[in-house]
Amino acid sequence: MRAENARSVVDGNAIAGLLAELFTQDMTMMTGTCGGCGAQAPFAHNVVELDETAAIVRCRSCTHTLFTVLRDGETLRLRIGSLVALEAP
Amino acid sequence: MIVGDWRPATVSEVADVTPTARVLRITVPGWPGSEPGQHVDVRLTAEDGYQAVRSYSLGSYGGGDTIELAVDEVPDGEVSPYLVRDVQPGDMLEVKGPLGGYFVWRPGGVNPVQLIAGGSGIVPLAAMAKARADAGTGPPFRLLYSVRRPESAIYRDELERLAGDGGVNLTWVYTRGGPPGWTGRVGRIDDEVIASTVWPVDQMPDVFVCGPTSFVEQVADALVRLGHPPAKIRTERFGGA
Amino acid sequence: MAVFSRGFGARRRESDERLPPGQYLTEDFPVLSAGPTPRVEPAEWRFTIRNENGDATSWTWDEFMALPIEEITTDIHCVTRWSKLGTHWRGVSIDTLFEGVETDAGYAMAHSYGGYTTNVPMEDLLDGKSWVVFEFEGEPLDPEHGGPARLIVPHLYFWKSAKWVRGLTLMDEDAPGFWEQNGYNMHGDPWTEERYW
Repeated sequence: MRAENARSVVDGNAIAGLLAELFTQDMTMMTGTCGGCGAQAPFAHNVVELDETAAIVRCRSCTHTLFTVLRDGETLRLRIGSLVALEAP
Repeated sequence: MIVGDWRPATVSEVADVTPTARVLRITVPGWPGSEPGQHVDVRLTAEDGYQAVRSYSLGSYGGGDTIELAVDEVPDGEVSPYLVRDVQPGDMLEVKGPLGGYFVWRPGGVNPVQLIAGGSGIVPLAAMAKARADAGTGPPFRLLYSVRRPESAIYRDELERLAGDGGVNLTWVYTRGGPPGWTGRVGRIDDEVIASTVWPVDQMPDVFVCGPTSFVEQVADALVRLGHPPAKIRTERFGGA
Repeated sequence: MAVFSRGFGARRRESDERLPPGQYLTEDFPVLSAGPTPRVEPAEWRFTIRNENGDATSWTWDEFMALPIEEITTDIHCVTRWSKLGTHWRGVSIDTLFEGVETDAGYAMAHSYGGYTTNVPMEDLLDGKSWVVFEFEGEPLDPEHGGPARLIVPHLYFWKSAKWVRGLTLMDEDAPGFWEQNGYNMHGDPWTEERYW
């Protein structure tokens, strides 16, 4: 789930496994719509800031936070930000 | 696509392939198979219960119980030094996957395919190249592989063999030094290298770029500058430089 | 049945003593209300503490500046483990502000110009744990960073440190900060705000 550095900037591919704990299907191909700028992109395409405690998923077009996945021990929390729509490809 | 939970797995083979990288073959009972380009999450548990999870691309594809990863050691890393230096056949770990349906090459397309790899970004692209070669038929593939020096290239021999057999058109970019007698260019990939080696825009290639984040961004920006539509470029970024 | 990896764990990162051990998450996730950065002139600025009975104690900017001012050097930690070590502030300790306030309340709700609210337990505010600050690194706190004055609670994750703070309302029971349901606009969401330090 996490890249080797303390906090890495990667993309949505890197959290496929993490999102699998929340969703039953592969999320990297789902198309998300950003409420900040209207951009639509596959999840794999988003900017992801990743470390042990959180994955912050941002819109690549406008940098607004789409959602954040927080890990508190065994518990995962999903906090939804600018993500306004999710569609299957 | 069902991604599943953690599967117990056993390291079956290790091979040091560069001064800093190792290929691991891992037996995963019940492995559902994978598509070229996918990755796994690997979980390690220390005796006191401490756990760490990392993502690694698969250099293998298809069915069977054995998967293959290539791990490049990150200086002062927590997990990669263990996998590159310490782990031995017989050691156990856990695997989740296959993961990721976005960064996948699927046969059946007609457009030529361009693979661009930086460093350990070669791993998922090697799986794609192998799949294409095994298929025997399909769109033509080009691979542009940027490494520091020849000895830092993971899968060097396999890729040279694939290129020799005509399975993939391979271009090396050496950023620090070439092989003995090399008179070619030494330095980072730039717009000129891309323009002269990548499938032309009018061929509408499907492009896959993988490597460290800064490499991927630089290459993707260059491709777009050259006129490749962003929708035709799939990227996968590894953390780190 | 756990799967143990022989010999793993020797290179785990030793936690930096100055960084928070593990995680600190609260149930709150307030979102800044829609609208531009609040701009409050010192002449109109007020800070009010309202206790659980509704009794209020207020300061104007001049009255506030006449209180004992402290220099604070501290580390601030963002929820994603990003930390800024050794930041310098000037402000008034919450303990100073509470000297004249009668209360048995266990919790406080911080209110900000612009509508932001965030809840903080009293035990996280008192005993030298928080300040209302108006200077950062020797300069007056600019509006983008929460000026003219903001709350800082350095030992908690930084989004508890309410920008543009205007007061504290004390409560017997904990309650989550209020966030707007309508006109949901991510301008200034806490996750991006902290990036700009």
